[in-house]
Amino acid sequence: MKAYLSLFGARFKTLIQYRAAAVAGFGTQLFWGLIRVMILEAFFRNSTAAQPMTLSETITYIWLGQAFFAMMPFSANPDPEVRNMIRTGSVAYELARPLDLWGLWYARAVAARSAPTLLRAVPMFLAAVPFFGMALPPSAWSALAWALSMAGALLLVSAFSTVITISLLWTISSDGITRIMPALVLLGSGLVLPLPLFPESFQAVLRALPFSAMADEPFRLYMGHLPPEAAPAVLLKQALWTAAFALAGRFLMARGARRLVVQGG
Amino acid sequence: MRRDTLALYGRYMAVALRGQMQYRASFALLSVGQFFALGIEFLGIWALFDRFGSIRGWSLPEVALLYGMVNVAFALAESFGRGFDLFSALIKAGDFDRLLLRPRSTALQVAGSDFQFLRVGRLAVGLVALAWSASVLAVAWTPAKAALVVASVLGGACVFYGLFVLQAVLCFWTVESLEIMNTVTYGGTETAQYPLGIYRPWFRRFFTFVVPLACVNYIPASALLGREAALGVPPWLPWVAPLVGVAFLLVCLRVWTFGERRYRSTGS
Repeated sequence: MKAYLSLFGARFKTLIQYRAAAVAGFGTQLFWGLIRVMILEAFFRNSTAAQPMTLSETITYIWLGQAFFAMMPFSANPDPEVRNMIRTGSVAYELARPLDLWGLWYARAVAARSAPTLLRAVPMFLAAVPFFGMALPPSAWSALAWALSMAGALLLVSAFSTVITISLLWTISSDGITRIMPALVLLGSGLVLPLPLFPESFQAVLRALPFSAMADEPFRLYMGHLPPEAAPAVLLKQALWTAAFALAGRFLMARGARRLVVQGG
Repeated sequence: MRRDTLALYGRYMAVALRGQMQYRASFALLSVGQFFALGIEFLGIWALFDRFGSIRGWSLPEVALLYGMVNVAFALAESFGRGFDLFSALIKAGDFDRLLLRPRSTALQVAGSDFQFLRVGRLAVGLVALAWSASVLAVAWTPAKAALVVASVLGGACVFYGLFVLQAVLCFWTVESLEIMNTVTYGGTETAQYPLGIYRPWFRRFFTFVVPLACVNYIPASALLGREAALGVPPWLPWVAPLVGVAFLLVCLRVWTFGERRYRSTGS
């Protein structure tokens, strides 16, 4: 365990250095957030009927999405360094280490999903809460439920992105998967549109997928749209999906390592 | 500009096309992926209309006209402006020095350095949206109206092309391509998918007078849909507005020659 933790620590310290990239990313996220807020304001102004989510809740949801965008498995997924290792053949060294390779890559994934997120989320809160209509959690219990479920989301996203990284053992380039997967995750996590605003039948499908536990459910715990009492169910869902992706990842890795052809040279 | 400039540009395109035809499978996969990704985004738009009915009085087919025009325009600019889009690589490697030695304008050479003809997912999504909205809308289509759609798309392509040129010009100073430009290219596409009237005044002004996307999308579309009264401009104006896109591109090319004079090689 210690080896994996220190690997995580080392990767985290490396990735937290990329502050200029974080500033650029922050500017882009802020601009996108503004566009999305204005679009949804216009839609809400159009209708006086009660909606499953109020406008101010929707705005907070959008800003949370912008703040935690870097945690979603889009950028640096699959792990660009692992991809390089597989392409050049130096993945052979990884296989030779006296450590569990899945654990190794999982620790890398947790670092890759957390450090850049921290750099972007903190300034987003500092900007959006005072200036752009983002609300704070209504109670300390909601805040606690959110914090726990956000940690659960981090572990879940990392397990998912480790599976994607492992798929490189088959596809090598991963071009196809990196095109289609982000769109699915965006839709299912609520980053295209908050899930409560989808038609009912559609929501049922999206809730059955693991992606809603990556963003939508933690966000709704944050603003009390889901009461704090709903937190255990969310955490359980996250734990089950994390375990499922971990098992799938280990299984794929065992198969992949057996049939791996090291790209020579 | 020499007389055979167009011929040379045609040559560049032919070479790029022949090269890319070698990777047909990759082309098919990328296009399908792009089509799928944009289709999923459109699902989000559809869900919003399903819930709220309309946005500031604009119905889904009307918004689909805006969506189709801007996406086709962006797809065209992406295909032809790829040389400028990837320009930072040319600067970083010091390869731009070679272009300076050749007896042709650098803008032409950069424009011809790369094309992306085979990634047609966005183009397909845009055309489908356009065709659907044109058939559903109760617009009496005349040759003049059809011409205005084509002019708006071409004008829009000029605006986005100009933005790619500006993004490349910035590389003369920064070397690295700036992510912030994505806010006006991809962000502009997202913005123009909805009627501009929904945004705050400063935002509307920005996308009308600084980056003139409104002139090639919202303003002509309003005229097509009989909504020009809401614009508060003379009735002839929407019919010539797409020309602003061409003017924007010409200005950007002027900025290119200005930036080029300040170029210093990285020496690598």
